[in-house]
Amino acid sequence: MVRILLALLIGMSLGGLALAAEPVIPKAKGERCVEDSRTMRTSHMELLKHQRDLTLRAGVRGTKHALKDCLTCHAVPDAQGQPVGIEDQRHFCNVCHGYAAVRIDCFECHVSK
Amino acid sequence: MTGLSRRGLLLGGAALSLVLAPGLTLIAQARPAGRPASAAQRWGLLIDTAKCTADCTACVSACKTEMGLPDHGRPATDAQYLRKVSVGNPANGVERSVPVMCQHCAKPPCVDVCPTGASMKRADGVVLVDRHICIGCRYCMMACPYKARSFAHEAQSGQRPHNPRGKGTVEGCTLCVHRIDADRLPACVEACRAQGKGAMLFGDLHDPQSEIARALAAQPATRLRADLGLDPALRYRGI
Repeated sequence: MVRILLALLIGMSLGGLALAAEPVIPKAKGERCVEDSRTMRTSHMELLKHQRDLTLRAGVRGTKHALKDCLTCHAVPDAQGQPVGIEDQRHFCNVCHGYAAVRIDCFECHVSK
Repeated sequence: MTGLSRRGLLLGGAALSLVLAPGLTLIAQARPAGRPASAAQRWGLLIDTAKCTADCTACVSACKTEMGLPDHGRPATDAQYLRKVSVGNPANGVERSVPVMCQHCAKPPCVDVCPTGASMKRADGVVLVDRHICIGCRYCMMACPYKARSFAHEAQSGQRPHNPRGKGTVEGCTLCVHRIDADRLPACVEACRAQGKGAMLFGDLHDPQSEIARALAAQPATRLRADLGLDPALRYRGI
């Protein structure tokens, strides 16, 4: 009896896991990202933070880790072909951040498309 | 300026100046990619209030459009980086309309009072708010004798990409750093030339050959509240 219950429970939890499918990353426009995927996945926030201080405080322009460039390359178009904003679940940043339930503050100030 | 050697600075300065012909040198203003702003330059503005008329608001409108400042119909709290102030001399009845914005002081009191280091001065003298670390305390707004800063009270949307701005942070004139860094004139100066009376002159105060430095050498100009000793980068004539 206990075995049957356990099997049922395991089956249900696996079913639950299967429902929360991994996010499907929208394709970017460019050929290559500024860094390899592994670095971007783990360190994109560090790169952006470093870049923001460099640009705003030191006045360095034209470097490769700019949020504006990320948004241009990773724009997700809507039905009309216009890029979607952060309020849309299809937004590039939202796809993973929604899945991981991590809130991003960037777009409180920065425009998201 | 930290981390930049004297040698590097001199080399940078040499690379920036482009010799066109003997005796004629054009200072290329746009920095190459990857180079920080340098203290070799100090950006400033000379405003001739005798040319500026009260009915013209070309600079104010251009600023609002360029920086994406919305109009909520609440002039007391709506963000304004640049405003026209009417001044008059009751003794002789002379009246002037004066564009007033951040004066980009060499000794900015807003930077002195900021508890987080968000209020800052760039190496080339442009005074900015680092909104990443601004906590919205508004000490800088109280410290500024020119009333040059605003506070974003509302959640924002549709900002311009070059001017991110959000609720709960202080903001002000950036002297259009995004334009200066790309070798363009600030939006107000451009509008004043195109639609206004050509009362604004922008340039490098540290370069003796620049138009603004030569104009200031030829004829003196005043600083607003010069008695405070803040050494603003904005100079005025006719007041």
